[in-house]
Order: sequence, then C-alpha cells, then structure tokens
Amino acid sequence: MSSHFLGVDWQLVADNHELLLGGLRYSLTLTASSMAFGIVLGCVLALMRLADNALLRNIAASYVNLFRSIPLVLVIFWFYFLLPFFGFKLGPDKSVFITFAIFEAAYYCEIIRAGIQSISRGQVGAAQALGLTYAQSMRYVILPQALRNMLPLLLLQTLVLFQDTSLVTIIGIKDFMGSNVVVASNNGALKEMYTFAALGYFCVCFPLSMALKKLHKRIAVIR
Amino acid sequence: MNLHIDWGVLLQESPTGDGPYWKLLLTGLKWTTATALSGWLLALVIGAVAGVIRTAPIRALALLADAYVEVFRNIPFLVQLFFWFFVLPEILPAGAGRWMKQDMPYPEFLTAAVGLGLFTGARVAEQVKSGILSLSRGQKNAGLALGLTLPQTYRHVLLPMAFRIVIPPLTSEFMNTFKNSAVALAIGLTELTFQMKQMVEYSSQVIVTIFAVTVLYMFMALLVNRLMAWIERRARVPGMIAGGGK
Repeated sequence: MSSHFLGVDWQLVADNHELLLGGLRYSLTLTASSMAFGIVLGCVLALMRLADNALLRNIAASYVNLFRSIPLVLVIFWFYFLLPFFGFKLGPDKSVFITFAIFEAAYYCEIIRAGIQSISRGQVGAAQALGLTYAQSMRYVILPQALRNMLPLLLLQTLVLFQDTSLVTIIGIKDFMGSNVVVASNNGALKEMYTFAALGYFCVCFPLSMALKKLHKRIAVIR
Repeated sequence: MNLHIDWGVLLQESPTGDGPYWKLLLTGLKWTTATALSGWLLALVIGAVAGVIRTAPIRALALLADAYVEVFRNIPFLVQLFFWFFVLPEILPAGAGRWMKQDMPYPEFLTAAVGLGLFTGARVAEQVKSGILSLSRGQKNAGLALGLTLPQTYRHVLLPMAFRIVIPPLTSEFMNTFKNSAVALAIGLTELTFQMKQMVEYSSQVIVTIFAVTVLYMFMALLVNRLMAWIERRARVPGMIAGGGK
C-alpha cells in the first residue's frame, strides 16, 4: 500500500486535493490581503501615535490597546454578529477580510512605531534643517531607513498572521484548516486529516521562519 | 434583528440552565481564568527547562529542545488543540486512548490547559534562551573559574540573572495565554467567548453581550499588566535594567 505513511492512509488527501488546495489558497489570500491593508492602516496609526496632536495620539493609542487586549476569536465574532446586525450582508467568508485588516493593523502599528523611533533624532533634525516638509522627511529620510530596520519583524508578524487565519475555521469558513475539518467529518477521518493539517502548516511555516531568522541576522539595525 | 439595547437582559434567566445571563458570563470568565493560569504555570515550567537545555552543552538534548520549540511555534494553536483532542486518543495505546475519551475528568479543560501550556512553553523557552545568552560570557567563565561545576554555575550565577531579565518580555506572553484560551471554544470549552456566542444566540442582545464580554477581557488584560509591572519592579536587577516598569 503506497498510500500508507506514518500509519496513516493518505488516499483521502489525494482524493480531496482540490478542496484542500482551495482552502490553502483562501488562507494565503486572507494573509496577503490582511498584511497589505494591515500595514497601510498600521502605518497611519503609527504616524498618529507619534503625532504632536494629543487627540490623534489618544485615538490611535486606544485603538491599539483595545485590539491588543482582546482575543482575535472575540473580534472575529464581533464582526460575525455585528455586520448582519447592522444590515451588511457580506457573508462571513468576505467579512473576515475586514476583521483581520482591522485587528492586525494594531500589531503592525506597534512594529512600525518602534521602527520609526529607532531612527536617531539627528536624522529628523537634519531633514528639517534641509528644509524638507514633514511629509518629505518621512518619505525620503525616515521611512526608508525605518522600513529596513523593521522588515524582519513585519514579516514575522505576517507569519503569525498566517497561523492566525486558521481561526476562521471556527465560524465555518473553508480555509486550509476548515477544509481539513470538512474532509475529516465527511469521511470520519479525524486522525488522518488533523495530522495532515498540522503537517501542512508546519511545512509552510517552518522554512519561512528559518529564512526569517537568516534575514534577521543579515539586516543589521542602523542607529 | 433586535435593535433595542436592553441592559436588563443580563439579569434574565438563560435557557442553558446556568441561571441568569450574568452568571453564564461569569462561568465563562472562570474557565478562561482557570485555563489561562494553569496553562501559564505549565508553560513556565516547560519553558524554563527547555530554555536552559537549549543553552547547555549537551548537543542531543539541545537539539531535542530546539525541535520542540520549532514544532510548537510553527503550527497554529487551533490545529494543535484539534490534534490533542481528536488525534491523540486514537494513536495512544488502546487503554490510554479509551481513558482519554471516556474517563478523563473535564476533558475540554484538561486538553485546553495542557495544549496551551505546551504551545506557550515553546515561546517561553525562546525568551529564556535569549535571556541566558544575553548575559556576558564572563559570568559563566567566572563561575567556572571559581571552581563551580556547570550545573552550579547555572544554579547560582546564570539563572538568577536570566530569570529576572526575562520578566518584561514574559508580560505579553502571559497576556497571550488569556487571549489564546479563547481558541479552546473550538473543542467545546465553555470559556468566555463560548458563553458570549451562546448569549448572543439565545438573547439576541448583540450589543450588550459583546460590550460586556469585551470589557471583561480588557479588565483581565489590565490586571495582568499591573501584576507583571509590579513583579517587574520587585525583580529588577539594580543597575542593569534602567527605568521603571511599563
């Protein structure tokens, strides 16, 4: 029996490869979209947290504190219950794109803020002395250097985010984990499919986290 | 849908047989706290042991501890929980598997607490390792030069410093155990988020329920934060970590 390995019959995986690949594609799309929107929103929040205006600072700080104190599962349920309650009929598999962008922005914000603060004050002063406006000094002086410093952490957060996307299984979405649950319960094969799911996530995340460690060593923090 | 916001719903009887809705949420809070705290204690023990082993000069053991950390950091917590809950009883010897499925007391709670402990332990191990490695090499050499054995050097020189240095980064891991315990609703643990879901479904008071539960989680986060800040102040190494707690 060639389909047996580690005492498990992998035939089910082969039979359902379209469903499982579709699930993986959903997980990856959700990760990519949340990363893109999360970083943009996180950047705005980080600039607000570092702004001179106390109101802006407080709004951004409350946002970040709120989302960093509550579980992602809870936020997933917020939107799961609240969007239909206010009459938005998006369906869970689309609304989680909003949930994740909003939630992850709080985490990206803190990384970006630390990145910006890692740039020495002299750089800000030099940019001002050269007559650059706030926007210009951010665009040409601060952000390019800050981005380099925080790149490993941004990518690490994205790897965590990819693992977090498995939580959408809880509201019945067929992401990678969700599609494994479907195959498992349709065929009474919990052992096989949940082992496969664990292996699947490990095979994606382990090489990436190793690569990130290498990158982290190569990108020296400039101060 | 019910747009009317009725705070009185918290006092109404829930159809689950748990008493009024506020009691339902309190039960949830109890399970969340119990799971998070027992998971955290387990994580501290596992993390301290694995973290120390990873810096020790016994290659086979260090590799084993490294493997533990990598495996548990690269698989989502939800998937790990499903594995412990649904797969482990199937692959254990028949007797042990049957015990897990039929006779184990509080199966959801025990699985969630141990699963959370193993998951968080890998993260604690990472922090403990970097705490030990952050000490200057001179400390270890000085201990050995004084004639201490390696275990004695760890016991009397390295660990007392490393454990104190590692406290600030552990604050967020401790908070994470509370947040991650919510994932256990997937295996049927009646923790706070699970109870929120029940209350929304039975009472259809979406806003009240979500507000109450969110406030409870934020309150727990605040408590943990204050507690850790206090411990941080008490355990600060004089002259080494400047400034106060966060």
